[in-house]
Amino acid sequence: MAGPYSDAVYTTDEYGRPFIIVREQGKKTRSHGVEAIKSHILAARTVANIVRTSLGPRGLDKILISPDGEITVTNDGATILGQMEVEHQIAKLLVQLSKSQDDEIGDGTTGVVVLAGALLEQSEALLDRGIHPIRIADGFERACKIAVAELDRISDRVEFSKENTENLLKAAMTSLGSKIVSKAHRQFAQIAVDAVLSVADLARRDVDFELIKVDGKVGGSLEDTTLVQGVVIDKDMSHPQMPRTIKDARIAILTCPFEPPRPKTKHKLDIGSAEEYKKLQVYEKEKFADMVKRVKDTGANLVICQWGFDDEANHLLMQNELPAVRWVGGPEIELIAVATNGRIVPRFEDLSAEKLGKAGIVREVSFGTTRDKMLVVEECANTRAVTIFVRGSNKMIIDEAKRALHDAICVVRNLVVDNRVVYGGGAAEISCSVAVAKAADDIPSIEQYAMRAFASALDAIPLALAENSGLAPIETLADVKSRQVTENNSKLGIDCNARGQNDMKEQFVYDPLISKRQQYLLATQLVRAVLKIDDVITAGEDNE
Amino acid sequence: MSMNIFANEATEERAESARLSSFVGAMALGDLVKSTLGPKGMNKILQSGSTGDINVTNDGATILKSIPLDNAAAKILVNISKVQDDEVGDGTTSVCVLASELLREAEKLVQSKIHPQTIVEGYRIASAAALKALEGSALDHSSNMDQFREDLVNIARTTLSSKVLSQEKSFFAKLAVDAVLRLQGSTDLEHIQIIKKVGGKLSDSFLAEGFILDKTISVNCPKRLQNAKILIANTSMDTDKIKIFGARVKVEGTGKLAELERAEREKMKAKVAAIAAHGINCFVNRQLIYNYPESLLAEHGIMSIEHADFEGVERLSLVTGGEIASTFDHPELVKLGHCDLIEEIMIGEDKLIKFSGVATGQACTVVLRGSTTQMVDEAERSLHDALSVLSQTVKETRVVLGGGCSEMLMSCAVDEEVKKVVGKKAIAAEAFARALRQIPTILADNAGYDSTELVSQLRAAHYGGQADAGLDLDNGAVASMRDRGVTESYKLKRQVILSASEAAEMIVRVDTILRATPRKREGM
Repeated sequence: MAGPYSDAVYTTDEYGRPFIIVREQGKKTRSHGVEAIKSHILAARTVANIVRTSLGPRGLDKILISPDGEITVTNDGATILGQMEVEHQIAKLLVQLSKSQDDEIGDGTTGVVVLAGALLEQSEALLDRGIHPIRIADGFERACKIAVAELDRISDRVEFSKENTENLLKAAMTSLGSKIVSKAHRQFAQIAVDAVLSVADLARRDVDFELIKVDGKVGGSLEDTTLVQGVVIDKDMSHPQMPRTIKDARIAILTCPFEPPRPKTKHKLDIGSAEEYKKLQVYEKEKFADMVKRVKDTGANLVICQWGFDDEANHLLMQNELPAVRWVGGPEIELIAVATNGRIVPRFEDLSAEKLGKAGIVREVSFGTTRDKMLVVEECANTRAVTIFVRGSNKMIIDEAKRALHDAICVVRNLVVDNRVVYGGGAAEISCSVAVAKAADDIPSIEQYAMRAFASALDAIPLALAENSGLAPIETLADVKSRQVTENNSKLGIDCNARGQNDMKEQFVYDPLISKRQQYLLATQLVRAVLKIDDVITAGEDNE
Repeated sequence: MSMNIFANEATEERAESARLSSFVGAMALGDLVKSTLGPKGMNKILQSGSTGDINVTNDGATILKSIPLDNAAAKILVNISKVQDDEVGDGTTSVCVLASELLREAEKLVQSKIHPQTIVEGYRIASAAALKALEGSALDHSSNMDQFREDLVNIARTTLSSKVLSQEKSFFAKLAVDAVLRLQGSTDLEHIQIIKKVGGKLSDSFLAEGFILDKTISVNCPKRLQNAKILIANTSMDTDKIKIFGARVKVEGTGKLAELERAEREKMKAKVAAIAAHGINCFVNRQLIYNYPESLLAEHGIMSIEHADFEGVERLSLVTGGEIASTFDHPELVKLGHCDLIEEIMIGEDKLIKFSGVATGQACTVVLRGSTTQMVDEAERSLHDALSVLSQTVKETRVVLGGGCSEMLMSCAVDEEVKKVVGKKAIAAEAFARALRQIPTILADNAGYDSTELVSQLRAAHYGGQADAGLDLDNGAVASMRDRGVTESYKLKRQVILSASEAAEMIVRVDTILRATPRKREGM
């Protein structure tokens, strides 16, 4: 196809002045000015409205049906938006927004979209009053700065150590509260915390996610989910008669196949005579024996190989009492290497005793009535690699549990990185809203209107929480807000679970500070981007 | 106020309509399979759309797997039924029916304006109470072998009574128990081979003493062999491929070619000699054996059996205690299999190989006979269900009572628990108890009895302290299930409750269904 102006014709009028005729203008659509912005706002609000009902501990789930009829049941904002088939450009921006919150923080993906939707809703009213979009955006930015400062002010440090994980547990529980796994709430929170702490480097405040693997298998129920201190791989022993359990395993981790060497360069080997043919046979046989011997010599008693090996090699290994696992994928191989402190060996020549990985026990576990088998590597030399093994009664629940765990792990990670928290249940939003509204009065320019709008937009979060919990939203918010101001207590929030207690510190509803801050910053940025667009030209669709 | 932000044909269903669609879908599915529940349940004919093949069954998982569905909630139910099949092997209908009954109750609650999350809370309280009651009623007889065997036979009878095998249930129950006990604790049902042969009647089926391989003995070999020493192999007996990459044969003349061919033959001869050096008189290979090595083997006086598939080879190695070999250079290291007698037998018109007097025997063969293909297929599914349940029971030895007894017991326990619950969730928990009571109701309905009358009698019996009361569907009365030996596996019942309540929770929580544009398929 040619460029956008392929239909343009250069011509001159009767006086000889040039002009350009662009054909097919009829198919182009264009919207601009306030009209364009308003249509964008409407689109963004539509998206926000979809995920709004998922917010909070009593938010509901969505069923997503993929083009192939696959079903996902989820409550995770990023997943909902990511799998929705969205066409509208602005709607796509919101999808991106929730994705970047997911990548950066991992949790709060619903909140950020609801906040952005609310901000845009508020700016619509301001536009009607004739305030210039850029001034609105500027006002939002100022308000956002104040809100973030307020967040810092009201934040609390939570203390934790390897021994005292109670506070981390509480934060993980807040994150899990809205998910289906709240059935086994404390158990899942504990798993998330234990997983993060086993891989966390508290001194450097760093958590390596690569070391946490989340694996699932249908069967049992959510309560049967366990944290395995080691690695679980979906493979079994290569020969049915190899032992099922290996104690004190010394593992040779190979990325070379059990077959004769194969040079990378293209080559041909011509067999011209019977002698050569025989020699080749001998060579082949020796090579196999040699490979097995090399492995055996290092003292290994388990071989984990990235590639396959044929029947003969398989039997040779068996005969030499070397249990082996074949076709283990790249990431799993790496994980095993990390967990067992072994080295991945790319060539048989490089094998040596010190490169072997060590694990206390390697066993094969079978499930149910089908031949499902998995290999569990436990009591590894390096205790820092863990696997969360999720069980559940159906595929969808396991997928959702994995997503929920991911969120919870992210929350715990964020706290390890920065242990400041703000209080959930809308408490932080209400405080910020109050602070922003107060600051707005001191601003001499028209940005103060935008700032007030920002304050109202922040109220959208507690409103949605109250609404989803079946409370009267406006009444509840008004009550909590006035109590926050009169009692000067920024810990008061919406009592979603009807525990008769508004103090979020008492209810232990925590959110990491950086997660909240990121939500505000991202939402404000996005709103600015949307407000700045004033012209949309859609090229006519090609009919070819 | 909203606008279309979705791609063409992508749709969104919200709130009431989303709930309606998932409840209706789940309930329709439950109604579909509920007539197959229980000993008096009916069968269904499944006709394939493309080939027109007919399948007669009353196995929930089989029925559900065969229906193409478009409803999201229904798909979740199909998935739990499939998981139930993989995990326990039976109870696939019950789990689906219970989940749909739970949703039927939930629909009423939602209509009376109870928050879905409150329903979920209520269901959680109820299912915990139900499971506790179930566990409390479970009995463990594993310490007493005779009693345990009795339990197993009862479980098998209960499972089979709802299947096509019900006329012969005692016979098959015994058969299934013998087969499972032969596995010695392993749950790998692959080790029980079921050979189906049309012809004869159901009661002609038998559990082979020893092991049967559905293969033929190669020609030129004796058809009967005593005191067999068996080498089980997985090796190519055509020509060995050269495994070195990039190698190819390039010769200058026909003379050389002949030489090479001779070398090839010699190699095979050497291989056969190596095999023979194991001192065997029977050679079973997973792969093909070409004529040349076959004749060589015959010369060595070795009976050869070719093309035994993976499972066959594996079972054979379990039965005879031999290992599956692929290299033959160290005869002293290879464990050989032993059996007293190998012979060719005829079942119907087919020739099979029977290995009897086997050494270890951790695998076995069941030969199923029946008048039609559909009959044999259904018999296989029924037997598979029974075998799975039994093998799981061998692992988790506790048993509970069937015939609606456990359900009523749990329902009463939930009712007791509800009295202590404060708040709206109590109503949801009560609904859970009602859903549980639907199981005996459906059982009675399917048997053509007055379900309302029977179930209320049953409930009264339970409240009257008769904790083993259940429905005797042959006489249409309440009777002691313990006396009648209607027993089910604890693990099965537990899984039914767990799966059904998890699935119901999941569906109740949904308030929006987003459907992407269905992928266009070519040629539709």
